[in-house]
Amino acid sequence: MQLLPILLILVGALVLGGCGKKATTVADQTGSTAVEGSGTDSTQGEGQVGEGRELPGASGSPTGGPAGVGNVIYFDFDRSEIRPEYAALIDSHAKYLAGSGAVKIRVEGHTDERGSREYNIALAERRAQAVRRALMLQGAGDAQLTTVSYGEERPAAVGSDEASYEKNRRVELVYGR
Amino acid sequence: MFRRILATIAILALPAAPAGAQLTVQILRGMADSVPIAVVPLAWEGPGQAPYDVAATVRADLERSGRFRPLPQAQLVEQPHSAGEVDTADWRMLKVDYVLVGRLSPLPDGRFEIRFELVAVANGERLLGTAMPVDPKALKRASHRVSDAVYEKILGVRGAFATRIAYVAVDGPIDKRSYRLIVADADGANENRVFDSRDPIMSPSWSPDGRSLAYVSFHSGLSAVYVQTLATGAQVQVSAKSGINGAPAFSPDGSRLALALSRRDGNVDVYVLTLATQDLQRITEDPAIDTEPCWSPDGRTLFFTSDRAGGPQVYSVGLESGARARRVTFEGSYNARPRVSPDGRQIAVVTVDRGAYRIGSVDTQRGGLQVLSGGQLDESPSFAPNGADVLYTSRVGGRDTLAIVSSDGRVQRQIAASAGELREAAWSPYLD
Repeated sequence: MQLLPILLILVGALVLGGCGKKATTVADQTGSTAVEGSGTDSTQGEGQVGEGRELPGASGSPTGGPAGVGNVIYFDFDRSEIRPEYAALIDSHAKYLAGSGAVKIRVEGHTDERGSREYNIALAERRAQAVRRALMLQGAGDAQLTTVSYGEERPAAVGSDEASYEKNRRVELVYGR
Repeated sequence: MFRRILATIAILALPAAPAGAQLTVQILRGMADSVPIAVVPLAWEGPGQAPYDVAATVRADLERSGRFRPLPQAQLVEQPHSAGEVDTADWRMLKVDYVLVGRLSPLPDGRFEIRFELVAVANGERLLGTAMPVDPKALKRASHRVSDAVYEKILGVRGAFATRIAYVAVDGPIDKRSYRLIVADADGANENRVFDSRDPIMSPSWSPDGRSLAYVSFHSGLSAVYVQTLATGAQVQVSAKSGINGAPAFSPDGSRLALALSRRDGNVDVYVLTLATQDLQRITEDPAIDTEPCWSPDGRTLFFTSDRAGGPQVYSVGLESGARARRVTFEGSYNARPRVSPDGRQIAVVTVDRGAYRIGSVDTQRGGLQVLSGGQLDESPSFAPNGADVLYTSRVGGRDTLAIVSSDGRVQRQIAASAGELREAAWSPYLD
């Protein structure tokens, strides 16, 4: 098991946890959940922090990747610029990849359903390439990253409304496929 | 009046298709001045029951075109079988302009003969008189040829009833999709599965001889372009370079494929691949998205989508070296996915019209854009080989279905599958 994810959980528990606090789940900006707070039943005052244990579902991707970090980056309509709020996510994945040279991921780009399909393939590729470049700038190796564009062909949500469109304009970092 | 209403809301059920869902064609808007015609059942001159109802297929074809208003069979008070038997005074009372009559007979060699005559009611003139020998298995196809002959004689435009359409059918929940590439007759019958996959299939393109389809498939895990021979099912991978392989389009002489490739750098450009030599010619070279190439009828120009001006617009470029791309669409903020009509006079596009994605038509001589369709999410236009109609995808009730609009925008039809979604349709060339 990787040392880094365990350290991250422990650091997280130390920094964010407190005695007597129940474990709470907090949704981060990418929609996946991370667990905060102490995992033990200590009811004393400061100083008593138990060892955090990894809860089921706490690791980021089911098949690998940095734990507690989301793997989806969302985009504005018709844009391929990465919003500043995703800088930390990209950094986490880049550092993870930099530290595990044998790990390869697919950087899968998507659009919402509006407009013409092959143009959307190209637009989704632009998004995937933007994420790939950002990962490489932060330390990931070129050989570790394969970009794939699905355009509008693999939606995450099926509605024809803005809420669904938002969920579809995305790049997913996929480990182990 | 009643007949007019019938014509505009007619729903035609088609024979059940072995490969999947039943397709139905619904006329949403016919023409107020559609041509009234009587199509009389052919006399069967052999023993027992007729092997095929030719008149029923002709009636359905003409009605589905939206340009004709066939008299319902119940109103055929007389059943002549030759031009000589047609009493124009009687038919004038039924307010039809044309009467189609004929006979179906067995031939000694096991084939059949279709004899048909078309009579103009106004003056009794015989406009068509034809006898055609037909293989037993080709009776439906021959009936479509009768429809073609009637359509062309009356409207002056070649018919396209004996053609086929290719499309992608999608079924299943969002996390367990199945995709099928299907070829069917233009009326939706005789569905044949060409290829099926758990991964997306896109962009079918017919070879000019109608024998092969090029298409994009993700079944290898990445996008790649394949060419499949329909008669044998043999599938050949023709482009699987790094990055995107997409938007295949056969050249008018069938020797080349225009493609959209990104190769390693992720920037999509238009290329032309010569199939026999594998020679690859780069057509566009700029940081913008350049994709969705389409050939002019003379094979010397490519039309394509480019966002080099900010948003997608249609451009054209000659294939001689050093040619510069010229912008073709100037109205509206989004024009993409060009498809040139067979006579080169129109370009069908996906255009944004007051916030909705619709099919538009650009007049290549005068440059104006006419919006043809009325949906919210319309895409993937494809001209019939006679240029009279445009087949496209329309999202209705949250599902993709196929629709057909006439190239002047006047006639509107919808094709629905009983289950699943249909999209990415391509109309075949003439198949002779």
